[in-house]
Amino acid sequence: MLDYERTRQTLTVRLSEDLDHSAASRLRPELDALLKDPSIRRLVLDLKQLRFMDSSGIGLIIGRYKLLERRGGSVAVINADARVDRIFEMSGLYQIVDRMA
Amino acid sequence: MQNINEMRLDFPAIPENEGFARMVISAFLVPLNPTIEEMADVKTAVSEAVTNAIVHGYAHAQGTVRLHASCREDGLVIVDISDKGCGIADIDRARQPFYTTAEGEERSGMGFTVMESFMDRVEVQSAVGHGTTVRLAKQLNVREDSFARRA
Repeated sequence: MLDYERTRQTLTVRLSEDLDHSAASRLRPELDALLKDPSIRRLVLDLKQLRFMDSSGIGLIIGRYKLLERRGGSVAVINADARVDRIFEMSGLYQIVDRMA
Repeated sequence: MQNINEMRLDFPAIPENEGFARMVISAFLVPLNPTIEEMADVKTAVSEAVTNAIVHGYAHAQGTVRLHASCREDGLVIVDISDKGCGIADIDRARQPFYTTAEGEERSGMGFTVMESFMDRVEVQSAVGHGTTVRLAKQLNVREDSFARRA
């Protein structure tokens, strides 16, 4: 079950545990079901509770970015730790996704 | 130099075993008393290689992934991740950032880049139709209470 919060046009999802290929496959349809609502223009992924992430997480985020970009929306990440930050940096994710402090 | 510890594990190529492989490699490293950083580096690289074996090697078909790990008294850790899947036709290309053959699956194409960034050495051996072995090597700092000191 996704831990999320909706405020106006923003959907904030708190990711937890391990974000690997297996978890990404489960999360994708859950996220997309929530994002079906066309009034959502911004997706904020809160990574504070995340214990692990590999490059499968990048694929998941880029996919959601494409979805929101088509409706003029945007994606942001918040609370990425140093390691996740490094993976985001090397993949150039911050060129398309906002990094919130 | 002789290995002071070694392990071998075969498991079916299913996504649920990505987390299992990470747990196993972490448990293998614990006696070496690695830093949190070193532990996470190896875990992340192994996760990438195992995911590649499942998603690309076997393309979600049935198969077995082998995880083989060894460590030496100087702290060198070598992990081999092998599959008997489809193999990689062009290894140099596969190692390029953003290159992926699984277009429909939202793969980032960053797996090898992540492995290279977190490990000291990444070697790939592959034969089309026969399978792939990825060798990951990392030199850990041997600290006081490391098992490598007592071995």
